Amino acid sequence: MTEVANLSEERIAYLEGMVHQAKTAAAVFTQYTQEDVDRIVKPMVLAGLEQAQHLARLAIEETKIGVLEDKAIKNMVATEFVYNYVKDKRTVGVIREYPERNLVEVAEPIGVIFSLTPITNPTSTVLFKCIMAIKTRNAVIFSPHPSAGRCCFEAMKIMYETAVKHGAPEGVFTCLEGHNLQDNAYLMRHKDVGLIDATGGPGAVKAAYSSGKPALGVGPGNTPVYLEKTADLNMAVVDIITSKTFDNGTICASEQTVVIDDEIYDRVLKKFEDLGAHICNEKEVELAGRTVIDPETGYMQPQAVGQKATRIARFAGIPVKPKTKLLIAPIQGVGREYPLSVEKLFPVLAVYRAKSVDEALKVCVDVNHAGGLGHTAVVFSKNDEVIRKFSEVINAGRIIVNSPGSIGALGGVYNDMVPTFSFGCGTGGGNSTTDNVNVYHYLNIKRVARRTQAHMWFRVPNQIYFNMNAVENLRSFASRSTVIITNPALEQIGHVDIVRRCIPPETQVRVTVIPDAEPDAKIVGQGVEALNFYKADQIIALGGGSVIDAAKIMKLKYESPEADLEELAAPFLDLRKRVVQYPTEKVNRARLIAISTTSGTGSEVTPFAVMTDKARGLKVTLADYSLTPDVAIVDPQFVLSMPKGLTVDTGIDCLTHALEAGVSVFASPYTDSNAVQAVRLVFKYLPIAYENPRDEEARTMMHNAACIAAIAFSNASVGVNHALAHAFGARFGVAHGRANALMLPHVIAYNATVPTKFMPSPNQRGYVAHKKYAMMADLLGLGGNTVEDKVKKLVTAVEQLLDQLGVPRSIADLGIAKDEFEQAIPDLAKTAFDDPSWRSNPRMPLLSELAELLRQAYQGRSPAKVAQTKAVEEMVRV
Amino acid sequence: MTTTAIPELFAVDGELVSEALRAAEKQLDGADGEVALDFSSVRRIGPSGLKALEAFAAKADEKAVKVVLCGVNVSVYKVLKLAKVTQRFSFVA
Repeated sequence: MTEVANLSEERIAYLEGMVHQAKTAAAVFTQYTQEDVDRIVKPMVLAGLEQAQHLARLAIEETKIGVLEDKAIKNMVATEFVYNYVKDKRTVGVIREYPERNLVEVAEPIGVIFSLTPITNPTSTVLFKCIMAIKTRNAVIFSPHPSAGRCCFEAMKIMYETAVKHGAPEGVFTCLEGHNLQDNAYLMRHKDVGLIDATGGPGAVKAAYSSGKPALGVGPGNTPVYLEKTADLNMAVVDIITSKTFDNGTICASEQTVVIDDEIYDRVLKKFEDLGAHICNEKEVELAGRTVIDPETGYMQPQAVGQKATRIARFAGIPVKPKTKLLIAPIQGVGREYPLSVEKLFPVLAVYRAKSVDEALKVCVDVNHAGGLGHTAVVFSKNDEVIRKFSEVINAGRIIVNSPGSIGALGGVYNDMVPTFSFGCGTGGGNSTTDNVNVYHYLNIKRVARRTQAHMWFRVPNQIYFNMNAVENLRSFASRSTVIITNPALEQIGHVDIVRRCIPPETQVRVTVIPDAEPDAKIVGQGVEALNFYKADQIIALGGGSVIDAAKIMKLKYESPEADLEELAAPFLDLRKRVVQYPTEKVNRARLIAISTTSGTGSEVTPFAVMTDKARGLKVTLADYSLTPDVAIVDPQFVLSMPKGLTVDTGIDCLTHALEAGVSVFASPYTDSNAVQAVRLVFKYLPIAYENPRDEEARTMMHNAACIAAIAFSNASVGVNHALAHAFGARFGVAHGRANALMLPHVIAYNATVPTKFMPSPNQRGYVAHKKYAMMADLLGLGGNTVEDKVKKLVTAVEQLLDQLGVPRSIADLGIAKDEFEQAIPDLAKTAFDDPSWRSNPRMPLLSELAELLRQAYQGRSPAKVAQTKAVEEMVRV
Repeated sequence: MTTTAIPELFAVDGELVSEALRAAEKQLDGADGEVALDFSSVRRIGPSGLKALEAFAAKADEKAVKVVLCGVNVSVYKVLKLAKVTQRFSFVA
């Protein structure tokens, strides 16, 4: 700010007036439509084209840099080619639409842009920026290079007068006159300047980035060129000469050092010579280096910029032919000891002889890092692998293949890059972008993101056979070798024999008996060994959840031995976006048929498998639809002998699955139909199955209910009840179903109240859990006139069912001491919070709420008490 | 409070605008603390209109009269906001 402090009051008033004018114009410009701006842009382009030669002449006269004809071409590229790119682009209002993503992009102008323009491409840069500014409804204050002020002012004036004539707001362009660095510093920091577009030298770019304003900048170049032996040499040499001599090499993307394969080096130099280049000898290289490179700084001499080759040769004392286009200087390395290895914005080109591709690429990397990071690089080759490697190792925003560097980088002539006069050089060049700066950099782009509904699914096993004797369907599954996985008790009571009898006689059948507990790696390993030994093509899992889960994991490891179970158990938030993918490559294939012998977990249709990680002392859950059994058999004959306790525990587990799936944020009409039907079946048949275990209808319906509820939660997941039950059950050794029962009434009441924190869910429109509970109460015929009444009645019905089944109604009833439980609550709440089960719960639980639910479960409550709690008083009214 | 209807402010010559604002200026002397400008027919505002409006606000300030802009559409309101002049006026629908 020291420079700014030196500004006179008059100068500040001048600058403030300029900003005020631009700010007003920019404000007014916001009202323009796309048609308005397009109507203005076209005549501006035509005016620029008409004045291209005039402006080129002014630039040459003022700057004494470059070639008149080339400057005229630049002016034409800056108008015609840029217009060709922008004419159909939408830059006002909605500019792009992505209907498949429900996303729309809307343009917002920047306002006032403070724009620096260079000495090397003065008028073309002004023309380019004026067109971009009008197209995007921005106002620009130009600050031309002091040695190119008059020609830039004229270019701006032509653009301004044409723009205003065709309706642009007055004051849309202004240009600093008689300015200096203090003016620039003042404007760069001005509160009403929205963006600095600094196309200039490193000092100007640095000042722009240091101002604290958003800035677009360019970086210095030092373009390496790899001329590889497979290239079309005639084309390459002409392209390089065309590019390096264009406007006497003033485009910063022009070639600086050509690295040539040894095999073609002599031929290439001969071609250069034949086409008008002078090949310097060792002495001449030294003379040229001494003349055009500042020995103090190692950078090019400013006086040499944009001068002809013959003029440079004369200054250096190098005798050349009168029409020499280019001086070619062979160098042996890159760095300060090889002065000509740096950027040279004049027709002096360094060449290097490389003995191998590897050496050539390394020298190109050296050139790239000697002041040209992020800018431009060129490769001539027909070898795609060489081009790929070059683009991999070189850091350049523009990697030009088989075409001239300078004109190629401008875009739109030799390739389909965006036409520009401002090359973003990325972080390597101290810039924020590697793009060819274009209209989109002159816009704030607003994303209008409409709510999307995540794709939902409903996935179940391919075949489900149910009702009494459904096991008979095994006869229809051909198999050469079948392994039955089961537990000792089921083998003892003859269930295995029933299954065996239903398997076609030609099938070789073996039985692998595993303990009736959650499987661990050892059990899984033994099972996989058996499957491999017998070359199984079919696995029949006969048992409860743990046996079926074991069989799922054995199948996974049998088919994909490389599967890393620990990795596959990694946590995830969304199944579709999970980090770890389950294997799809299979070395073996086996059909998995699951026959459930309990009516609760529903593992026969779920994509989950729980195993114990003994090494880490953890239970881990594997979840993937590839784990879902191929066939489920839901045959009640296998549950007729279930003891009462197991009937209750598994039955309540089933009810909890259904209730939680019903209010899950992933619930869908598909899962709802299954969830509510399961709830209805449990209320009707669980008490009967409990009272009369041999009641076939009740057993059948409960067996079906477990499967149906599992279908629901396989697709909608569960909730807080399961998270709490997992934590509590594991800590105090309480059966899963019983732990669920202790939490259930409290969780329903909790979920039916206005959440402290809503669960983010694109699938749901508003909070509906209480209404869904009420709907379930209606289906159960519980009565009630309001949602609140109905939820209370559902809670009461659940409590009554638990009473009827003789389930302990409080944790205290289990004999767990209050002090011990209180001490455990913080850990239990944390463990429950880490449990993925609640991720689909309609309320996002706070740790304090989980602790409170645990306390409520400890005390237990009668339905009457439930009705009086504060939570229920807060229940949402319809 | 008297109200002066302001015609389209986008006109390049600004004559209509100036005329309307001149009429409103006359009311500044007799205004009872407030003068209203009816913008309901103003679709767009241009730099000259904006300048005239700012000048009018300055005169109103001198006479301690509050300027109320009625029926300003949202595009014009955004222009006033970007030009940072909204604080000089009151707005009514």
